[in-house]
Amino acid sequence: MMLIFTLFFLLPLLFVTIVSAWDYNEYEMIPAFSLRGYTDTFEGCIAGLPDLCTILKTYLKTLKLCLLTWSLTLLIGFTVAYFLAFHVRSKTWQIVLTLLCTIPFWTSNVIRMIAWIPLLGRNGLVNKGLEGIGLIQQPVEWLLFSEFSVVLALVHLFTFFMVVPIFNSMIRIDKRLIEAAYDAGATGWQTLVNIIIPLAKPGIVIGSIFVITIVMGDFVTVGVMGGEQIASAGKIIETRLSALQFPAAAANAVILLGITILIISSLTRIVDIRKEL
Amino acid sequence: MSNPSKSNSGVSRRALLKGTAGAVGLAAGSGAITGFPYVHSAEPKVLRYLGTAVNEGDEISKKCLEDTGIKIEYITATTDDVTKRVITQPNSFDVLDTEYFTLKKLVPSGNIFALDAKKIKQFDNITPVFTKGQLPNGKKIGGQGTAPWKVLYLEGANSKKFSTTPTEFVTLIPTVYNADTLGIRPDLIKRPITSWTELLNPEFKGKASILNIPSIGIMDAAMVVEATGQHTYADKGNMTKAEIDLTMKIMTEAKQAGQFRAFWKDFNESVNLMASGETVIQSMWSPAVTKVRSMGIACKFQPLKEGYRSWASGFCVSKAASGPKLDWAYEFVNWYLSGWAGAYLNRQGYYSAVLSTAKANMTADEWGYWMEGKAAIGDIKAPDGTILEKAGATRDGGSYDDRMGAVACWNAVMDENDYMVRKWNEFIAA
Repeated sequence: MMLIFTLFFLLPLLFVTIVSAWDYNEYEMIPAFSLRGYTDTFEGCIAGLPDLCTILKTYLKTLKLCLLTWSLTLLIGFTVAYFLAFHVRSKTWQIVLTLLCTIPFWTSNVIRMIAWIPLLGRNGLVNKGLEGIGLIQQPVEWLLFSEFSVVLALVHLFTFFMVVPIFNSMIRIDKRLIEAAYDAGATGWQTLVNIIIPLAKPGIVIGSIFVITIVMGDFVTVGVMGGEQIASAGKIIETRLSALQFPAAAANAVILLGITILIISSLTRIVDIRKEL
Repeated sequence: MSNPSKSNSGVSRRALLKGTAGAVGLAAGSGAITGFPYVHSAEPKVLRYLGTAVNEGDEISKKCLEDTGIKIEYITATTDDVTKRVITQPNSFDVLDTEYFTLKKLVPSGNIFALDAKKIKQFDNITPVFTKGQLPNGKKIGGQGTAPWKVLYLEGANSKKFSTTPTEFVTLIPTVYNADTLGIRPDLIKRPITSWTELLNPEFKGKASILNIPSIGIMDAAMVVEATGQHTYADKGNMTKAEIDLTMKIMTEAKQAGQFRAFWKDFNESVNLMASGETVIQSMWSPAVTKVRSMGIACKFQPLKEGYRSWASGFCVSKAASGPKLDWAYEFVNWYLSGWAGAYLNRQGYYSAVLSTAKANMTADEWGYWMEGKAAIGDIKAPDGTILEKAGATRDGGSYDDRMGAVACWNAVMDENDYMVRKWNEFIAA
């Protein structure tokens, strides 16, 4: 276990970190110490004040998308998990309905994204429908290739990653606790806030870790649904890789990793997953 | 996008492993009985062909196997990934199908074999577009950017330096090329388009697109900027930092004003944008225009008065190829230039490197439509037999001489490439 962890995780990570401090030219990496990858990345951050530099703008945008996606997947995921855990009584139905949630995963990620285009496009179903019932005269443009469509696709893709861990936490909650709360005169809301949410916390945190790490590093969804017009941290890395600027890409990867670790560690600070599991 | 290409290369790698295992088994088995020379002749002629999906037709590999007995194993990747692979894994392919502009990265890496011009039978018949930068009729064409004749020759067999004068050491044997321009939806624009400036015309606000491949996108952007008269570049394919700043500033302003509906990165994305009417004017590639048209939607590869941005690709051979592999590589390249493949490419709307052999493999009507700008006498068919154009149609942009003669610049890698990529990221983030 330790060996696999070292071979496939620690070692590559170490390499990325080392390479991020190398120099490079058009076609090769030069194993000489250089922080060019980092300094280039933060180019104009001080000189360009008060305007935000590219990298800050990009991260703010990525964080914004991440926050929106996270809160929506949490809301929807929690609701779905709550329904599955407390309203569906039979085990069989719980399993059947959970499996139903996986249906979107039967096709590839890219196809699921592309499927939105004929729906939300300028001449898509939604616009045609709205025009048909006379709600709008001009097609609504922000439906596609906008932050809206990016968040929509991300929520569609990743809500399931919230549902499963939260559901898992919820079915472990002793039903007698809820009965006791009811007997003690607690309202449904009070039960939810004081009993279910605290006990489902590990699931919420695990789900959040899934969603946040995926969204922070995503560039395909943001690319396709944002019409390639919205920057993301992952996209910067991809562009650098495509231009064979590996050290610069590695430097950006290290920065992204650092920021993601910060978010995750503050999350685990709120809930000690190890203790709760 | 990169997903299909990844799985493809996975499959071929597995196939390759199987192949190698087989070959090893064969060598072990037969070696014990007859010795090594036999093993050689029993080895199947297999070439690993690394390139983009655009030129990797099944038809071509089938015909090649039939004619030469060489089995082509395609390794498919995007343009950028092909380059990446050549630099990081030079042993993973034998023949490389790539564009001239990538040579500025590939040749210094030392992973490209210098081909011997004398072993290429049709070398002297390759169109002078590549060797001299002029049309067969002698007219000079635009040479801004990484024009093929600047990077065609090496100083010596093991040199990493490009020679300015012809030598017998050739980097890349040209096979296919074209002149790119903007694609438009004439049915939605409803007026003539004659200049690159129209890409930024506010009339098409929210309905324009440019491709998000920095090295090509910036060239299209430069064509637009120069057309608007805001700046004349000494070389659009090799801008100074100030020129990059200026170009990106103009594009950023347009982006912030909502000029662009989306950017595209992949052939199919460009087809979808155009076919769905999300865009009406955008950077485009010729087969994408053909694809939109074959869906029954009006689309035109619009010639513009400032000229075309051209690209050209061909074959390199890996430095790791040796012995019989190398001979097969020469045999394959020679077969490719011998006419059948050239005609196949011409019928897709590209151009072939050796015009005479391709002509011999096409009908007079096909040649007239694709190459001479004449009206088609009968229906014009794609290589797979589907009808592309009805009788009477003429090609957008006219004849070979009209189109290639109007080339203004070539796809390029700039000296300031690193800076340009950073600025491009800034543009996307703006």
